[in-house]
Amino acid sequence: MPEITREEVRHLAHLSRIELDDAELDHLAPQLSVILESVASISEVAADDIEPTSHPLPVTNVFRDDVVRPSLTAEQALSGAPSVEGQRFLVPRILGDEQ
Amino acid sequence: MSLPLIQRSAAQLADALAAGETTSVELTQAFLDRIAAVDGQIHAFLHVDAEGALAAARASDERRATGELASSLDGVPIAVKDVLATEGLPTTCGSRILEGWVPPYDATVVARLKAAGLPILGKTNMDEFAMGSSTEHSAYGPTHNPWDLERIPGGSGGGSAAAVAGFEAPLAIGTDTGGSIRQPGAVTGTVGVKPTYGGISRYGLVAMANSLDQAGPVTRTVLDAGLLHEIIAGHDPLDSTSIDQPVPPVVEAARAGAVGELAGLRIGVVSELSGEGYQPGVQQRFDQAVELLVGAGAEVVQVSCPSFVHALAAYYLVMPSEASSNLARFDAMRYGMRVLPEGVESPSAEDVMRATRDAGFGDEVKRRIILGTYALSSGYYDAYYGQAQKVRTLISRDFERAFTSADVLVSPTAPTTAFRLGEKLDDPLAMYLNDVATIPANLAGLPGISVPAGLAEEDGLPVGFQILAPALADDRLYRVGAALEALLEQQWGGPMIDPDKLDKAVAR
Amino acid sequence: MTDLMAFDDALAAYDPAMGLEVHVELNTNTKMFCGCPATFGGEPNTQTCPTCLGLPGSMPVVNGKAVESAIRIGLALNCEIAQWCRFARKNYFYPDMPKNFQTSQYDEPIAFDGWTDVEVDGESFRIEIERAHMEEDTGKSLHVGGSTGRIHGADYSLVDYNRAGIPLIEIVTRPITGAREKVPAVARAYVAHLRELLLGLGVSDVRMEQGSLRCDVNLSLAPTGSDTLGTRTETKNVNSLRSVERAARYEVSRQAALLSAGSSILQETRHWHEDTGVTTAGREKSDADDYRYFPEPDLVPVAPSREWVEELRGTLPEPPREHRARLQAEWGFSDLEMRDTVGAGALPLVAETIAAGASPQSARKWWLSELARRANELGTDLEALPVTPADVARVQALVEEGAINDKLARQVFDGVLAGEGSPDEVVAARGLAIVSDDGALGEAVDRAIAANPDVAEKIRDGKVAAAGALIGSVMKDMRGQADAGRVRELILERLSS
Repeated sequence: MPEITREEVRHLAHLSRIELDDAELDHLAPQLSVILESVASISEVAADDIEPTSHPLPVTNVFRDDVVRPSLTAEQALSGAPSVEGQRFLVPRILGDEQ
Repeated sequence: MSLPLIQRSAAQLADALAAGETTSVELTQAFLDRIAAVDGQIHAFLHVDAEGALAAARASDERRATGELASSLDGVPIAVKDVLATEGLPTTCGSRILEGWVPPYDATVVARLKAAGLPILGKTNMDEFAMGSSTEHSAYGPTHNPWDLERIPGGSGGGSAAAVAGFEAPLAIGTDTGGSIRQPGAVTGTVGVKPTYGGISRYGLVAMANSLDQAGPVTRTVLDAGLLHEIIAGHDPLDSTSIDQPVPPVVEAARAGAVGELAGLRIGVVSELSGEGYQPGVQQRFDQAVELLVGAGAEVVQVSCPSFVHALAAYYLVMPSEASSNLARFDAMRYGMRVLPEGVESPSAEDVMRATRDAGFGDEVKRRIILGTYALSSGYYDAYYGQAQKVRTLISRDFERAFTSADVLVSPTAPTTAFRLGEKLDDPLAMYLNDVATIPANLAGLPGISVPAGLAEEDGLPVGFQILAPALADDRLYRVGAALEALLEQQWGGPMIDPDKLDKAVAR
Repeated sequence: MTDLMAFDDALAAYDPAMGLEVHVELNTNTKMFCGCPATFGGEPNTQTCPTCLGLPGSMPVVNGKAVESAIRIGLALNCEIAQWCRFARKNYFYPDMPKNFQTSQYDEPIAFDGWTDVEVDGESFRIEIERAHMEEDTGKSLHVGGSTGRIHGADYSLVDYNRAGIPLIEIVTRPITGAREKVPAVARAYVAHLRELLLGLGVSDVRMEQGSLRCDVNLSLAPTGSDTLGTRTETKNVNSLRSVERAARYEVSRQAALLSAGSSILQETRHWHEDTGVTTAGREKSDADDYRYFPEPDLVPVAPSREWVEELRGTLPEPPREHRARLQAEWGFSDLEMRDTVGAGALPLVAETIAAGASPQSARKWWLSELARRANELGTDLEALPVTPADVARVQALVEEGAINDKLARQVFDGVLAGEGSPDEVVAARGLAIVSDDGALGEAVDRAIAANPDVAEKIRDGKVAAAGALIGSVMKDMRGQADAGRVRELILERLSS
């Protein structure tokens, strides 16, 4: 029976960038275990030769012509920003590597 | 004797406008007045745009004066679920993290409503990011069921369903990922349609699970749903998954079905979607509805869809997986709330993301993000996400087989009538079970409708009757739905929703 | 200070294996998944829409032209073209990535299993191409505050999303083994070869200094003779031909020093520093290897018909080898001249200069001598110099018209490189034109004769060779702005009778 440990939940919360305090971990970890238990049966259902469905409709090759459409104005683009400077989005210092 | 404006169907309102009996401004104002009077108790709306709605109503009246109408519903107001982007109107998805966000663009559905001349009354309440079956997961407080304010209106689109059931709007737009249009329809005694996947553009619909989401009509009559369906449906080049084919003749089918004649139609009752877990009063109304359809000439066959027992599990892997990725963009960098962590000097972007996502998301959203992150993680992908996608294939095959012996499939929409607010809030699994009958259609991309089937004997609350059809055969839903509606109204002597009774509930 | 082992010593003990990942920005009109312009530059955040900003509710639609370019690139690299492939989401959080996932291709690339041959010093190396796939670019951050303007130590950052969503093709080689001491040169030659090929296809501007072609160098060492691969590092940010070569060389030396000291190599991302010529370790990312890829549900599969693929095959330009042979014959270059031109990554520049009107030899001369020297001094690639093939052709034309001489031409390049404008503008502003007014020249000649009576006497006696001294004197007097041939004529005219 799969189980999702408190440590695993902590790691998943890290991966998904959610700060969970101990109280939240205590609350969520057992709930997630229950949910996971109820869905885990699925790993034995389908045989290897069953094609997965990633798209409900069998459509392919939907392309757009390479024609410019009007963009938003900078004012519109920045309208929801928590912080702006010099027509750019101001974000807190970035940890990590230059991209 | 004519009904008060707010009690009329959208089709009747369109007739009244055409006859010059009222104006769009007058009836838009009537709904705004109704909202002002009852929404304090129902809380169907997160945002009411009186000014915008009246301006659109005036423009509609001017068009009417020149005789150039934009659509069959020009001038009839509508409410829109807060999960659809509306330029200039707040769009929160029921979440704190988007509090105050005003999109710089319109969802295609919204653009089509505007182009068709329907004044938008406001944005309706919903479970946060459409995650829930009760609207209790809205960050802005739950919506109350107009039939009994102590009960849930269903979810996630409880706001749209309650607005229509409570006569706050004649029409609304909902979205359905696992039943979020149909289940609220069932528990509020309204009509809800989930069209074929790809039938309605998803552009501007804030995605929960992209491969399952579909917007659709929320109304009080099957014909109204058809009229609205026709306006919002059709190919959209901005949505790659949008179907590039003619819209099925849904209005025509609704009108044809209302005659109540179903000779030659084969109705498949899905064995897996009844019996254990279904409330007796729900099962009883369902059985009676099937008998009525048989009385109208339909033939009933029992069909078995054995993979449906795995539908809930597949759904609760696919949906959170897609959702965990979709919701990653809410990171306090470009829009929405930004929370600085307490006690951290010079926090980094990462610190701010974590703190904001902790403060901005509710428990249900966090549960699903973490579950989805888990299901997509290396080492688990094949066992969970991969398997769930295979189960979708099995479910589609079950449907295909069933549709060889039946033209439509039927079941109760939800296993129970509306439960009490708070009853299942701390038991996610019990909450998830509400969608057991609606989820298979989403997994296979098929269309479904919920039509009121009467009140359950034990609690006097609405029961929904679900009809499912093959992909692109949405018109069958309308034909059978309209027939059932007509047959039941003949029995009841009028629509199921009784305004006097509702008003007593609201006044309590 | 990082320990390094001398390159030759490193190769005596270890065998390098190298993989190259090149990101190419396509020159389509619009972005990969939306209709925003894909052009370089532009005021910040003026080329964005709900889709490339990742606004809630927005959806992607694939740019058909980008798919076409991807297929043509795949075909030019002798790849198989997928019958059916999908886009996937690569999930990780980063502020310059609007959706916090990159829409890319994962295990189903549009092109795979290809090869291309590059030449180094007349030796041919076959580079196997593992895959070429489509993806989207990220936004760009400016780091504010701190001491260096770099990401580390910055107080905050400012993000511009104009670049977000520009179509990228990532071309990945299989490990290149057996190149030994030529590893750095092969790396450079491969990137130069790709540039030429992509330019020939017309699918990208391939301007490394603008970031429209970017290279990651993966390198590992194994003890000589061993047939297993060592632990590799992935060096990012290598954005010039010169740096590709230097970075490969540096990693060989760095890794060899570590291994010979008994240390092991960390599998990590490293960053190339153009200014100091070293690589440094990137921050360790705990979730770097768990990108939670899954098929992008908002896009449908791409299934190029075989007819379409064959039609596109018909549009390919001639392969680089044939292309070079044809140009060499056309231009009359010797094998050595051609090899030097290709090796310097100057083939496209020379070709454009010739197209702009210069003779092949003059085009080659300017790029491979004068301008190559300047690029070397500046530590940059030829293509990154702020001088265009049209400028070079114009300078040569001015020389041929007699308006300037070679010496003045070098001063014209000084001005162009200093940003003083076009060659003509520099000539005018700096007053560099040769004085062709015989009056002024004649006066200068007369002054020279008067100042050097003994030299003049020798010339009168028929020792014409002595004229050189007078010419030098006149040129000096004219500050170089004279045609030496005309000066000679004037001197001989005056002293011959």
